[in-house]
Amino acid sequence: MTAQLFNKLAKLGSAGIEFIRSIGFSGIMLVRSICGRYKHGSMSALIVEQLYASGVLSLIIICISGIFIGMVLGLQGYTILNRYGSSNAVGQLVALSLLRELGPVVTALLFAGRAGSALAAEIALMKATEQLSSMEMIGVDPFRRIIAPRFWGGLISLPLLNCIFIIVGIWGSSVVGVDWLGIDSGSFWVNMQNAVSFESDVFGGIIKSVVFGFVVTWIAVFQGYTATPTAEGTSLSTTRTVVYSSLAVLGLDFILTAVMFGGL
Amino acid sequence: MRIRAIETGVGIFMLAGIFSLILLGFKVSNLSLTPNHQTYTLYAEFDNIGSLNDRARIAIGGVTIGRVSNIILNKKTYMAKVTLNIDNKIDNIPVDSTAAIMTAGLLGEKYIAISIGGENRYLKPGDTFSDTQSALILENLIGKFLLKSGASGAQSNTVISGNHEQF
Repeated sequence: MTAQLFNKLAKLGSAGIEFIRSIGFSGIMLVRSICGRYKHGSMSALIVEQLYASGVLSLIIICISGIFIGMVLGLQGYTILNRYGSSNAVGQLVALSLLRELGPVVTALLFAGRAGSALAAEIALMKATEQLSSMEMIGVDPFRRIIAPRFWGGLISLPLLNCIFIIVGIWGSSVVGVDWLGIDSGSFWVNMQNAVSFESDVFGGIIKSVVFGFVVTWIAVFQGYTATPTAEGTSLSTTRTVVYSSLAVLGLDFILTAVMFGGL
Repeated sequence: MRIRAIETGVGIFMLAGIFSLILLGFKVSNLSLTPNHQTYTLYAEFDNIGSLNDRARIAIGGVTIGRVSNIILNKKTYMAKVTLNIDNKIDNIPVDSTAAIMTAGLLGEKYIAISIGGENRYLKPGDTFSDTQSALILENLIGKFLLKSGASGAQSNTVISGNHEQF
């Protein structure tokens, strides 16, 4: 009885130590891939390749979901606000909610599903087919050759995707609100411009998406790199990437909102 | 060839991102290239500013001529001291003008409307409006209205009960 209890206690302890160790390893991985120069060719070419994979290829899903989210916001805002005779405030509502919350969060969630999972699967498969260890054998640091360009690619492309998402969303809402529902186009845009401040709203949203890009790509490359080198491990790492990064994005969003807009 | 295509794609992507940021700046948030076009400062003290906030509009005859930059409480007089930044081009506001806090529409935002006075002397930078008009607080109005209708209601009640006694 006591032996069983001790066994369980020991398992709990080892799980805790394992957890702390993995956090430590992820930090070391981050530092090793960011710091230090890549000696075998140009790093910027590798980053451009990753920008293509995680940024350009995500454009379509970002644009389409941006249009529809903007349209839904415009439609919903109009039906509610029209009841109080202030349908002119739709522009303000759409712009502020997209800039502060929906833009960064939805882009990061889509990015985690579209690009993060692909990153994790790619790295995990490289590990399973022992490409990473053979790279180490010939003296190329896989952190700098594989991890660093993917990390920078994600970090750069998410804020850009965020800006595109918000612009497309505002355009979608103006199509619904101004062209279809007949809100006056002048008051739509002027209300929006009076309500939005560049320093706090636009810039705050971009800071958010930089943080989310950092977290999502970090989780993706970490899950890929530490995956068990089997087919099962690959699938588990992609699942974990999407789940963990979605949770991290939503949790961090609350903290960032509280710090930047909430006045806490 | 493939590398060229990738680079072109990334170039388009980054240009689109930067273009969106510029659009966000100019079209959505009213950022202007001429930063804080020349303004001068006036002050106004109000009993009650209602829900007036920073960056609220200041208008003469409905035309925007500046923005509120700061609101503090004057500790000595217990009044709200509002700092107004007014366009340099509008340098002929008479000293006896009135600053009033108005509401755009029924539920709209508060702004400051300046009604022009008749003096020949003009307010200089740093001056304070001598005449101000506080925000209309809806609750106070409703309270007054209820009080009035309550009083008349009580009267009509007695009339009715009087009639009732007659029956």
